Order: sequence, then C-alpha cells, then structure tokens
Amino acid sequence: MAGYLILLYVDEAAYAADKPDDLMDAHLKFQAAHGDALRGGAQLAPSATATAVRGAGTTPDYAAGTDAEVTDGPYVETKEALGGYYLIDVPDLDAALAVARDVPAAFGGIEVRPLIPMS
Amino acid sequence: MTPDDAVADAHRREWGPVLAATVRVTRDLDTAEECVQEAYAQALEAWRTDGVPRSPGAWLTTAARRRALDRVRHADVAARALPLLVTDEAAPDDPEPDRTDLLALVFTCCHPALAEPARVALTLRLLGGLTTFQIAKAFLVPEPTMAARITRAKKKIATARVPYRVPGPAELPERLDAVLTVVHLVLTTGHTAPDGEHLVRRDLVDRALDLARLLRARFPDDGAVAGLLALVLLTDARRATRVGADGSLTRLADQDRSRWDAPMIAEGTTLAKEVLLRSGPGRPASRYALLAAIAAVHCEAPTFADTDWAEIVGLYDVLLAGRPDPVVALNRAVAVGFADGPAAGLEALRPLEAEPRLASYHYLAAARAEFLRLLGHDDEAALAGSEALLLAGNAVERTFLQDRDER
Repeated sequence: MAGYLILLYVDEAAYAADKPDDLMDAHLKFQAAHGDALRGGAQLAPSATATAVRGAGTTPDYAAGTDAEVTDGPYVETKEALGGYYLIDVPDLDAALAVARDVPAAFGGIEVRPLIPMS
Repeated sequence: MTPDDAVADAHRREWGPVLAATVRVTRDLDTAEECVQEAYAQALEAWRTDGVPRSPGAWLTTAARRRALDRVRHADVAARALPLLVTDEAAPDDPEPDRTDLLALVFTCCHPALAEPARVALTLRLLGGLTTFQIAKAFLVPEPTMAARITRAKKKIATARVPYRVPGPAELPERLDAVLTVVHLVLTTGHTAPDGEHLVRRDLVDRALDLARLLRARFPDDGAVAGLLALVLLTDARRATRVGADGSLTRLADQDRSRWDAPMIAEGTTLAKEVLLRSGPGRPASRYALLAAIAAVHCEAPTFADTDWAEIVGLYDVLLAGRPDPVVALNRAVAVGFADGPAAGLEALRPLEAEPRLASYHYLAAARAEFLRLLGHDDEAALAGSEALLLAGNAVERTFLQDRDER
C-alpha cells in the first residue's frame, strides 16, 4: 500500500459567491464511499486567514529569538488556493486516481501527490 | 541469416517482449533495460559460436531473466533509489502470460499520468528498443532533452506507483484510447518524419504496425483498435512508392500503384470495411476507422484520376462532425479541390487561412499554390509556393516543393 495526498484547489472567489448548500453532503457521501482508503482529511479556512513563516527552521537547537519572518497571507499567491486535502492509502496510482475522480471539486481541481514512505 | 543479422533482427522484433518479461522479474525499468542489453550482447557472442537458436526470442528472454534474477538476488534492497514497480501476481488462468506482460508494459508506457511526449518516447524506447538518440532525432528534440524526458517519466512511474498492469474493464476504454493516440503518433511521425533527410522512418512505422497488431490480437472486438490497424496497414502499403529512387518525394498522382503492397491493402481494406459496417447511429466509427476508410478509397482507385473524391470528401465531413480539427479540415479542402475543381478547392481553403494552428503548416501554402497554379494565377502560386518552402522542415519535402517551383 502507498500513501497519496489528494489536494483540493479551490477558486475562493467563486466558492464565496456561490457556495452550494449540498457541498458538505457531497463530501460526506464521498467519505462514506471511500472510507476504506481514507486516512485523514480536512477543509482549510480561506487563504485570507493564512500566515506565512519565511526562514523557519534555521535557528540551531530551537533557541529563542529566531530570524524567521512572519507575514500575512499564503506562502504562494495563486488564483486557485489550497482549500482542503484528503490523505489516502491505496495500492497504486490507478487506485488513487479512482478515488480522486470522485472528490467533489466543483470550484477547482484536484492534484494527487504520492507520499515518500518514511523509512 | 548470419548470426549478426539474426541479433539485429531479434532486436527489432523481440526487444519489447524480452524487456516486458524481464521487468516482471526486476520490477525496475532501468535494471530490466540493462539486463536486456546484456542479453543481446551475450547473444552476439553465443550465436556466432553456437549458431542461431531456433527461437531467438525465447533464448533472449531466458538470458535476460537469468541476469535479472541474479541481480535481484544480490541487490541491496536498502540502497534502492526508487521504489519497485507495482505488479500483480500473474493470473494462473491467463492463457498468454507473455502477451499480458507485453501489454502491461504498453499500458504503463502510455499511462495518462505521463505527459504525452513522454508516453511516445517511453513506448519507442522500452517497446521498440530505439535508442534515445534515434527518438530524439525523430521528434526534433536535442538528445539530452529527450534523455531527461525519459528519465523523468521512469522516475514518476516508480515514485507515483504507476502500476505495471493491463487495466480492468472500468478503466480500459480511456486507457486504450491513450495507447492508440501514442501508436497513431508513432505512425504519423514515422510516415512523414518531421525533419531529417528521409521522408519515412521505417523503424517508427514498423513499431506502429507491431503495436497495432498486438492490440488487435488482445482486443479483437474494439472498433478503434481495428481502425488503427487498418490505417497503419493502408498507410504503410504505399511506402515503396512515396519516395523515388533518388530519395525525392513522389506525389500520390505520380505513384506507381502496381508497386503498392496488395496483401496489406486487402487486409487493411477488409478491416476498415468491417469496422464501418459495425458502426451506425449511436455507435459512431472511430477516427482511425474513418482515416483508414479514406486511405482505402485511395488504395482501391486504379489510377489517381479514378479516385472517388466525393466519397473522400464525405468521409472527411463525418470525421469533422465528430471532432473539429484544422489539419483534417485542410485535407478535406484539398479533396474538395479534386472533386469539384481548383476554384472550389481555393474557396474551401480560404476559411482555414485564419486558423492559427495552420499558420506555420506548410501543407496549407502548398495546397494553395497548387490550386492557384491550376487556375493559371502563376504569380500568386509562386508566392504561396515559396511560403510552403520556407515552412517545410523535411529535406525531402523541401526538395519536392523546390523542384515543382522550378518547373
């Protein structure tokens, strides 16, 4: 078995303008249908709530007073922002794509990324 | 056949099957390729001393698999850079495990998760045994670019776990479509090599024929598969006459039809007819079957003048109704010119001149030049002719256009 992260990219403006009532139902239905494969997932709050941290992890031994810079906004500005994810565990890419095809994604698209196994 | 010729012949015929069987052992494309290369080198030595074996393919498969088993046994699993390919257990009831392996390799190379140019390159390299240099040359790409493309695709297959498998019924239509696209691209690239000194790249057309036959054997009821095989046959049947003895391009009108390959034409025509008869309302004929039918009309005409151009225009209309395509529209306009005269042809070409995808396509200018010449507008014809010359990438086609301008 292998892990894949299914990334849901969303056109936030379109989503905000026309959020359908049944979207959550669609996700619940998807989760029920692919419960065997699902290992986790979440919806993310809009990218306007994101905070970027640049230069993180550069201070030795986690000493206080790092050089990391904190700024408002997502790390990368894109028209379609990351809006959520599902983590799945399936035998191969074909199985991952079969799950990904069913993800409700009316406001954007899906990207499937293989995880590198922790060894 | 000398032993050296036998190795060369086996390279052309058996590379794909030998590699496919070896991949099943190594579960790694690079290692499998190395083992197969070594097996061919071993054959060169062994067949010179011991003679050519009765079944060269089986000999090579055994040699390559033995090397593969050796490597798998001694491999330091922890040191592996890439994960192993995802393979299924061979089905115990599979009557043709070898062909299943070969098809698994085809479907892996043509997986839609790979970029289309990478699918074509992998198919030619892993199934056709072409070198990266040969593939780069056929597609007008620098060799390092092509090498990087192949390496990236192999890495993705391993890391993203593209399975080594013939897809199940649910996925099959879409996956088969992707495979047919690759085979068709190999055919068209081979038939009119986009660049270089030769008009036809035999190695590519041969591979397209092998692949189409392989698919036909496994999917005998698929109309698109049958249509594509018919198209390959009917295209390749005219190979001998497309280029003259001096390497120059011979027009369809001037080709010696007695030198066309009659058995290939018979096989292709029968197939194309079969597919078209099976199509109907709600079951449209595939693009390949329609292209094959057009080729069949050409092949069946005893002379160029006897060509049933109205039938060809009709077939192009059906093709365009299924999927608009500027190149098909251009071919249709040329057929209109032959069916209804050069003025009608020019008229049919006119709307295509604004088509951005045809702006750099030399056939459009060449067709315009031809019709203008037939109408006696020599100055305009010359202008269109030099435009075509400027755009043509293949030396043989360039020489042809040049010669015609000088006449």
